[in-house]
Amino acid sequence: MYQEVILDHYKNPHGRGLRDGDVEVHHVNPTCGDEITLRVKLDGTSIQDISYEGQGCSISQASASVLNELLVGRQVDEAVKVQEVFLELMQSKGKLEPDDAMEDVLEDAVAFAGVSKYPARVKCALLSWMAWKDATAQALGDGAVRESA
Amino acid sequence: MTPQLPGLLDAEAIRKDFPVLDRLVHDGKKLVYLDNAATSQKPRQVLDALSEYYERYNANVHRGVHTLAEEATALYEGARDKIAAFINAPSRDEVIFTKNASESLNLVANMLGWADEPYRVDSDTEIVITEMEHHSNIVPWQLLSQRTGAKLKWFGLTDDGRLDLSDIEQVITEKTKIVSFTLVSNILGTVNPVEALVRRAQEVGALVLIDASQAAPHMVLDVQALQADFVAFTGHKMLGPTGIGVLWGRQELLEDLPPFLGGGEMIETVSMHESTYAPAPHKFEAGTPPIAQAVGLGAAVDYLSAIGMDRIAAHEHAITEYALRRLKEVPGLKIIGPDTPEGRGSAISFTLGDIHPHDVGQVLDEQGIAVRVGHHCARPVCLRYGIPATTRASFYLYSTPAEVDALVEGLEHVRNFFG
Repeated sequence: MYQEVILDHYKNPHGRGLRDGDVEVHHVNPTCGDEITLRVKLDGTSIQDISYEGQGCSISQASASVLNELLVGRQVDEAVKVQEVFLELMQSKGKLEPDDAMEDVLEDAVAFAGVSKYPARVKCALLSWMAWKDATAQALGDGAVRESA
Repeated sequence: MTPQLPGLLDAEAIRKDFPVLDRLVHDGKKLVYLDNAATSQKPRQVLDALSEYYERYNANVHRGVHTLAEEATALYEGARDKIAAFINAPSRDEVIFTKNASESLNLVANMLGWADEPYRVDSDTEIVITEMEHHSNIVPWQLLSQRTGAKLKWFGLTDDGRLDLSDIEQVITEKTKIVSFTLVSNILGTVNPVEALVRRAQEVGALVLIDASQAAPHMVLDVQALQADFVAFTGHKMLGPTGIGVLWGRQELLEDLPPFLGGGEMIETVSMHESTYAPAPHKFEAGTPPIAQAVGLGAAVDYLSAIGMDRIAAHEHAITEYALRRLKEVPGLKIIGPDTPEGRGSAISFTLGDIHPHDVGQVLDEQGIAVRVGHHCARPVCLRYGIPATTRASFYLYSTPAEVDALVEGLEHVRNFFG
């Protein structure tokens, strides 16, 4: 389960720390007390920054680092597709063997495939991704309100 | 290299009674089961009692005149006799079977909300608990407080994991109706000073409820010596099956207090307008009870009594003393709770540097070592000590010094892995 890639991200996280953002969300995983505060900064539909601060296990912290590395700089619709593939992998109960196409999409995030075998830890891996999804929906929602006003 | 410690039981002989302890996990690793505060394993004697009950006697109790119904009733009521003797209850009618300790605690909280004077908890009265309670001895009182307007108060904790009773006269006052506290903390391991709390409660005429869930499995439990009004515990932590708990209460209180759940079994007569209730304990046992589970718990206390609770306590004390000594050798390990074996039970919580307990638990599991991680249903304790969670190792009568050694080696591996 603890792939070298995961431990690398845990020990040397990408993009950690809170920076300027459009929306801030705070998500918790009540079963183990993992917490994350996450901000997204959009430039139109392009993701300018995802900044975060949190505490928790290596899986939750490494996953936030991978999220930052994978999604910053992308278009939101493209990032949503990555998120959906990651979710599919994490919900696979260890039965999905990532193929080349999946590896192309998920890059370092395929290292979490092993985590999907441990139901208690899937939520750890998904915490930052769910926080990002929530924050992005709010940011786009607010934008839409502003545009129509 | 494992030392011989004074007071140890012949754990190797005892372990032969527990089939699951032979299990291998993760490709042939020997199971090291150190999660006994969450639930204990079950000896063959309890498993046999359960299957024998279903194979030979299964029937509903207290109704029907046929042979099986009478035999099942005798077995169920026989289990009540065994529990009464195990806790030195003055009367078997003071032993109420519930589903678990949570139900026992909720039962008392609800009775006091509905009771007449002088027991009634209302907006002019106060409820006292402690900061080290399991959620099951916090939330029922929060609910009662919200529903009645009674004020909920609690004792805080000292830095070394004990109850801070320095303000006992301000916390337990003339307004206090009920003082409810754990005998042994499930997260800190602390054994609490029953006598001081009971004395103060009696001074002001408050009732006392003791949560003995972490005590009944591990030490002599004498409800008369405790001088409490109610004592709650659960069966599955003391070698019994899940789905069976106990509430002991003083007979005159059980007579005076109103029922909790209504249904079959708990009545005397029923008309469409009103009902009268059976005497205790049946007044508090609505519906078909957990019959096989009660029989299983009876077999569990037979097993424990045959060894002797004083000898089990001595065994666990020796293991705990050794575990505390060995754990202190692990760099970066900090014990949360009393760090000496005096006045504590055999559950030991700790943190390991800044490695998250879920990572500690997972890497230990890969080595076959089962511990509990998280806030152990006692989140206020984690908040009090400023930690998100702990790793907890907890021992029982079948635990061995070699298992302590395996835990310490396992923690070294965790440190190297995340170091």
